[in-house]
Amino acid sequence: MSETYQEIVGTISAVLSSATKGQFAVAEDTLLKRDLNLDSLAEMDLLMTLEDRFDVAISLNHLPEIETVRDLALAIDKIKRGAA
Amino acid sequence: MDLFAKFAPLAATYRGLSERGHNPFKVSIDKILSPTEAMVEGRRTLMVGTNNYLGLTFDAECIEAATASLAEEGTGTTGSRIANGSYGAHRRLEAELARFFGRRHCMVFSTGYQANLGMISTLAGPNDHLVIDADCHASIYDGCRLGGAKVTRFRHNDPDDLDRRLCRLPDDGGSRLIIVEGIYSMLGDKAPLAAFAEAKRRHGAYLMVDEAHSMGVLGRTGRGLAEEAGCEADVDFVVGTFSKSLGAVGGFCVADHDEFEVLRVACRPYMFTASLPPSTMASVLKALEVLERRPELRARLMTNARQLHDGLAAQGFVVGPHISPVVAVRIPDVDLAIRFWNALLDAGVYVNMALPPATPSGMPLMRCSISAAHDRRQIRRIIDVFHDVGTRLGVLQPALTAAAV
Repeated sequence: MSETYQEIVGTISAVLSSATKGQFAVAEDTLLKRDLNLDSLAEMDLLMTLEDRFDVAISLNHLPEIETVRDLALAIDKIKRGAA
Repeated sequence: MDLFAKFAPLAATYRGLSERGHNPFKVSIDKILSPTEAMVEGRRTLMVGTNNYLGLTFDAECIEAATASLAEEGTGTTGSRIANGSYGAHRRLEAELARFFGRRHCMVFSTGYQANLGMISTLAGPNDHLVIDADCHASIYDGCRLGGAKVTRFRHNDPDDLDRRLCRLPDDGGSRLIIVEGIYSMLGDKAPLAAFAEAKRRHGAYLMVDEAHSMGVLGRTGRGLAEEAGCEADVDFVVGTFSKSLGAVGGFCVADHDEFEVLRVACRPYMFTASLPPSTMASVLKALEVLERRPELRARLMTNARQLHDGLAAQGFVVGPHISPVVAVRIPDVDLAIRFWNALLDAGVYVNMALPPATPSGMPLMRCSISAAHDRRQIRRIIDVFHDVGTRLGVLQPALTAAAV
């Protein structure tokens, strides 16, 4: 089972909407820190949830380069394709 | 762009705390009176947030040993061990700690923070995997970042989650190092170490346990959680500190690996910092001797821990799951936590206020750490003051208490 990039974006958006209780509209260019007020712990917890959703290991070292939902989706897409 | 612009939200929060009363991050200990009392902002205050578990900071033998060393060997080493050389005390302390833990090797560091920073960043390189408990201390997270290894967090104290995440790691030839703590500093809960050790064996990983809060506290001889849980043989690296039960400052790692000594010329937080002053090491050596000679201190500590934990729980406060010298009271929200902490201090009781994101699950805490040096009357007073403040601020409303239990 291999999601397309758009499906990955959709899953991330759904997870983020539920984590932020639907307070924010989430799109590809949504900034995780600034737009969603995610602090460092919330960002790491998000990664953990997404690891479970996509059944992959996403190293914390990716975090400094992840600013937007798009960055996150691309990173997961890359890990999934690398693992496939 | 101002270098400090990125701190604007933090600066606002920091300033805001001062406007709310005493700022918990600016508390000034005007004069320390004993392991359990100090003058704080002009008031005699009961200290319940010191991590001074065995109360050895004013132990007469430790002070005498440090004083003698200070007179004989001077105030400091003025440099690193690789450049300035090792004093006899560095060697003696390492030999004593290795003996105490039943290990072949030991390295001491200038702080506990540096012990984690140094060991983790050096052991795990960019091709290796670090798999850490989500609630690990900041020094563990910083060690993970410094070494460039791939880092995976698992859900706090959840061996099945650890197992799942180890299964997901790519088969890339990198080593795996699992890191957990003996007692977690925020809630005082213990790791289910036997189950973690089993996962470690199944996956061929290494296991490191940070016994900072459990050394001198848990285990038949005070070696920590690994001793208590009967799985010392599965623990490859024990990291710890001198700034809690041993009453001074510094950190260490003990291990049995044949190649351990090479770390002395590979571990940058060990190599490029001034080594511990001889007087500090003299007091730590003496404190280790006291820890071994007086097991009654450990028994007293746990009796005190139980009195505080059960006393607060009986009032209706929500405390951590295990009886341990860290007793953390959950407060529903940050605003209430700030008021609660201020009221405690005004009543002459100092505890640590812990706010998210430094706490698990985004929950503010009044974190108490109890000492063997507290007496029953002092603990009774802590419970009474918590009760008064809790009632006054509505934390102990019957409805809230019922909902929390």
